[in-house]
Amino acid sequence: MSLMKRISLIFRSKANKALDRAEDPRETLDYSYQRQLDLLSKVRRGVADVATSRKRVELQVNQLEQQSAKLSDQAQKAISMGREDLAREALTRKSGVTSQIADLKAQHAQLQGEEEKLTLAQQRLQAKVESFRTRKETIKATYTAAEAQTRINEAMSGIGEEMGDVGMAIQRAEDKTAQMQARAGAIDELIASGALDDVSSTNSGDDIARELDSMSSQADVEAELARLKAGSQPQAIEPAEDGGDILKAEPEANTTEGGASA
Amino acid sequence: MIIRILGEGQYDVADDVLARLNELDSAVEAAVEAGDEQAFAPALAELLSGVRSAGVPHAADSLDESDLILPPADASLEEVREMLSDEGLIPG
Repeated sequence: MSLMKRISLIFRSKANKALDRAEDPRETLDYSYQRQLDLLSKVRRGVADVATSRKRVELQVNQLEQQSAKLSDQAQKAISMGREDLAREALTRKSGVTSQIADLKAQHAQLQGEEEKLTLAQQRLQAKVESFRTRKETIKATYTAAEAQTRINEAMSGIGEEMGDVGMAIQRAEDKTAQMQARAGAIDELIASGALDDVSSTNSGDDIARELDSMSSQADVEAELARLKAGSQPQAIEPAEDGGDILKAEPEANTTEGGASA
Repeated sequence: MIIRILGEGQYDVADDVLARLNELDSAVEAAVEAGDEQAFAPALAELLSGVRSAGVPHAADSLDESDLILPPADASLEEVREMLSDEGLIPG
């Protein structure tokens, strides 16, 4: 027997087994309708859950992209300070962050796909549940219990198949989302631990940044010193060999400032 | 006839394309029997796209049963095996 037929038979027999049967077949309709509504809210929750996971991944991508930009800046700064070793370290981390971003973007696309699929499944089920409700009321109003059976069977098997399909879609989406949530959790932990250098961390700090900071504060100190020395030079030093112009210009500025404030 | 692709919905398919679909179906079946992952995914994709291109979506609000039911597009060989072994088709 063909694959299609085998799957169809197995699927159908399972779907039929899953249907509730009541003593009065017309009550079966109400039971089933209740289960359809339950399934509808379940699929709505499923859509919301997948959307939440998708947003979480988006947030992580944003964080990591900021991180990547920061590492680029650090590499640039390190190079301008002649620290190739630090630049190399920053770029190495950046490449790690970049591959995380690529991975997350792939997950994002997958989650978006699941979200769309579930949304469509929800719409299909919704349409069928609505026509089931109409059919149910007609059957209850028109037929006696004995007469109703055939009509009920028709309506039930059609909706039963849809419910089986939607139930399966929810299950698959949940499985996929659960896997991704585990990975997203791991990335959150990495970001929190500073291993990926979360920019939002208030400790302002990974070691590259600290070293660059200390280097730039050293550089600032030197610059400040140089300025101070320059400021005291005019009285002490007459013959300014090279940078005479600059040294002259600065004290003048200082004097004007001093004059203005006095 | 009505063919359902799981996770996707029902399609109305003219009876005269059934022979062609059966060929595609045999390829999927052979891959499943042989446990051939490499052949399975493209064979399933071809079968499903055969249904999609030959069929038109069946009215969403109908309560009609499908004549044939096919696995979802992203099903793995293992999942199709499970479907055939009566396991895990309809959760709950």
